Amino acid sequence: MDLSRLTISGLAERLRKNESTQKDALEALSKSIRERDTDVRNIRAYVPREAIKPIHRKADRNSPLWGVPIAMKDNICVEGLEVTCASNILKGFVSPYNATVVEKLLDAGAVIYGQTNQDEFAFGSSCETSCYGPTRNPRDPQCVPGGSSGGSAAAVADHTAIAALGSDTGGSIRQPAAFCGVVGIKPTYGRVSRYGLVAFASSLDQIGPITKDVRDAAILLGVIAGHDPKDSTTANVPVPDYTSFLGKSVKGMKVGKPKEYFEAGLTPEVAKSIEESCAALRSLGVEIVDVSLPHTQYSVNVYYIVAPSEASSNLARFDGVRFGHRSKSSATLLDLFEKSRGEGFGAEAKRRIILGTYSLSSGYYDAYYLKAMKVRTKIKQDFDDAFKKVDAILTPTAPSGAFKLGEKTADPLQMYLSDIFTISANLAGVPAISLPCGIVQKNLPVGLQFLGRPFEEEKLFQLAYAFEEATGWHKKLGNVS
Amino acid sequence: MIPTIGLEVHVQLATRTKIFCGCAVEFGAPPNKNVCPVCLGLPGALPVLNREVFGLGLRAVLALGGEVSSVVKFDRKNYFYPDLPKGYQISQFAHPLGVGGSVEIDAGGKPKAVRLNRLHLEEDAGKLLHDQLPDSSVVDLNRAGTPLAEIVTEPDLDSAEEAYQYLTTLKAILRSAGASECDMEKGQLRCDANISVRKNPSDLLGKRVEVKNLNSFKAVRLAILHEITRQSAALEKGEKLVQETRLWDDERQKTFTMRSKEDAHDYRYFPEPDLVPFFVKKEDVEKVRASLPEMPKAKEDRFIKQYGLTTYDAKTLNLEKETADYFESCVRQYAQPKSIANWLTGPVAAYLNANPVSFKELGLREEWLIEMAQLVEGGKISFQAAKEKLFPEVIALKKRPQEVMKEKGLEQVSDDSALGSWIKEAIEANPKVVADYKAGKDTAAMFLVGQVMKKSQGKANPVKVKELMASKLAESN
Repeated sequence: MDLSRLTISGLAERLRKNESTQKDALEALSKSIRERDTDVRNIRAYVPREAIKPIHRKADRNSPLWGVPIAMKDNICVEGLEVTCASNILKGFVSPYNATVVEKLLDAGAVIYGQTNQDEFAFGSSCETSCYGPTRNPRDPQCVPGGSSGGSAAAVADHTAIAALGSDTGGSIRQPAAFCGVVGIKPTYGRVSRYGLVAFASSLDQIGPITKDVRDAAILLGVIAGHDPKDSTTANVPVPDYTSFLGKSVKGMKVGKPKEYFEAGLTPEVAKSIEESCAALRSLGVEIVDVSLPHTQYSVNVYYIVAPSEASSNLARFDGVRFGHRSKSSATLLDLFEKSRGEGFGAEAKRRIILGTYSLSSGYYDAYYLKAMKVRTKIKQDFDDAFKKVDAILTPTAPSGAFKLGEKTADPLQMYLSDIFTISANLAGVPAISLPCGIVQKNLPVGLQFLGRPFEEEKLFQLAYAFEEATGWHKKLGNVS
Repeated sequence: MIPTIGLEVHVQLATRTKIFCGCAVEFGAPPNKNVCPVCLGLPGALPVLNREVFGLGLRAVLALGGEVSSVVKFDRKNYFYPDLPKGYQISQFAHPLGVGGSVEIDAGGKPKAVRLNRLHLEEDAGKLLHDQLPDSSVVDLNRAGTPLAEIVTEPDLDSAEEAYQYLTTLKAILRSAGASECDMEKGQLRCDANISVRKNPSDLLGKRVEVKNLNSFKAVRLAILHEITRQSAALEKGEKLVQETRLWDDERQKTFTMRSKEDAHDYRYFPEPDLVPFFVKKEDVEKVRASLPEMPKAKEDRFIKQYGLTTYDAKTLNLEKETADYFESCVRQYAQPKSIANWLTGPVAAYLNANPVSFKELGLREEWLIEMAQLVEGGKISFQAAKEKLFPEVIALKKRPQEVMKEKGLEQVSDDSALGSWIKEAIEANPKVVADYKAGKDTAAMFLVGQVMKKSQGKANPVKVKELMASKLAESN
């Protein structure tokens, strides 16, 4: 048996029953990574580091993740490991501390195993802005895996990881999960601690699981969610046992279908997959109703003011003074800042820093940042109104299947538009899950997105699990055997 | 020329730990000892507000008579500098914790209210050290994240003296309220001054010059005087002044240009997304208000009324909360307020001025001060001798005044025969003075008394000497 092909739940059970050892599991993964990630298919889901160093601590045998290896996106701090956000400016930075999610994973018995590739500082939707070069989509190596958590999604889809954590600022978990045909959930803002996640846009970022099936996502979120005294933006809301909602009937649940998401930009094949998904849900007794999210059309615009503004400030600490890259040829202080940043950041990072700096500048602040924040409130209000009528909202995760490597790199706007369906969840702070719901162009998975009320992830799991069981896309895609 | 002055004062709030992490606030620790991922600004670290900072900020606002904001919000102030680890300072821009309030100062004998514009909370930066390595500077981040309150006045001050009065009064209030220790030597109170001058009261305010690097009350006074002179001279000559930031050079005693208005930073303020705004409960504000001790001005007025002190004594005692408390404690044990006040505003204050120690460090026990007052009152020693000889010895030896007086032979001589012989000597040695006295010059007797005091090395009982001298001079008639 190839242990790398197991899910969290499957592997954890075997380990608990002593049918396999932790060593077996790590060896299986190591072999899988060697064979598929680097040598043969060159997927490159992992960032190139000398050797993967497993990190774990003593934990109770009955801990939910006992012995289960979990991969980390390269923007989550793990004590003793180099953490670079796939940026040259952070090369050489070894984190002296653990992110809260890492602490929680270790306490739950997990083994941190491997760091996955991403767009530089999570700026991108294709994993192509990484300083290590792109990751490829294991479903079709000519295509991108999506981004920014493209490495995490590719590793899970390719069975080079059992499960992984990603981060989602505008779709960075869900869109790659959709492109790679796996499950990804962006939790409610404040559900999971951001302490130790290298910040992109503080008011939008959330860490979340990328897994082979819905059950694993429920298990993993259950472990990492909860209030953290180190992150003031986490909410003190109890974390339910998400797995207890799996298998519950969805009969009579109301799911909204926002008309604005189906008006334009959607490829016909994706539209067809979604229609089939709706039919599958109806046959489960779910009532699909029309809802309207009128301000959603401004999401991308608002996002590209708010996110770069916060990013421009969050990335100021990369100045060559205390860690990471420092230019060797600086004569003055200003030189040190300018050259270190000039040499260290890639083109997309620079673009966003410039965008954000501009939006926050005196004289422009009111017209851009302040205005964007006002529209953001409207977008949130749309969701509040819709959720008065429905339990969840359904949309495609992305307008199309995975696109080709290099297809959108020359046109940032086209690239930005690939997140058009995912961004509003971040702006509104609501939870959203993506799971496979079809295949287009022979081998490219399509993602179905459910959005829910704040702190009602359990409903998303309930719906997603019922859908997954009914349609079996996780099996058709080979995620579980 | 009419100067207009406003001050921006940063005071360190008296917490044990930093504003956004649990690191200790400690003066003089080895470089980078009290640091963690948060105050180092490491990737991924997040700030969490220390509630104590909010509490002390509230005390400061209320003690200064300001209005407390209904919501506590923070903003980011973005700029690059090696001592600023995150590349931004977490501060309050749009919603300062306190608005308004005032500080009543003594402006040439008349009370004057200096209006406050705002009080906001923020974090301190680290410190660059230029003398550690031969060819580069290094950064010490112990101070990064130290909680500060910035207190900004309206342009209500008219002179360097008023600025000085404002600072001393502000310090007394904040210390009383327990909000800050305001120890300037430890950098707990720092001041920037905005100064402009104009020719006529009807003119618009002149170009504002901000002066930074004022590290002592003395520097504030000197820098303001210097700026007023410099700006006035320029105006007299018909030169144009520009809005700029200047640095005070303590050694050369002058200011020089740091940056002009054109080079001013655009700080790109925006709401700090890592901290969740929270509402201030009215009842919490009232609780803090009720817990504030009597403020220096109120106490000053009470001292005058209750103990019959002069305005000067009452004011001086209330410059430091410790001194005022000490005074009242002594008076409770020895009901001679004037005599206790004399000691504190006289010899003790003079000693503190002349020596680099604080009142606390002086180690003067209450019972010792009372005993010295009693010795003087009981005629055992003259005030003069007690002040000049006994007091310094008590401080040096840390012993009861009574013992010190005996050991050092400082006891006052009131014995007639001893005094008589000194008086005789004085009269015999100064026949001319005696002749003057006899010719009607009364002050001549004072000279002779002084000679006796000198001979006795200050130990002679001056009252007794005066009496005896008068009768001796009368006798020799």
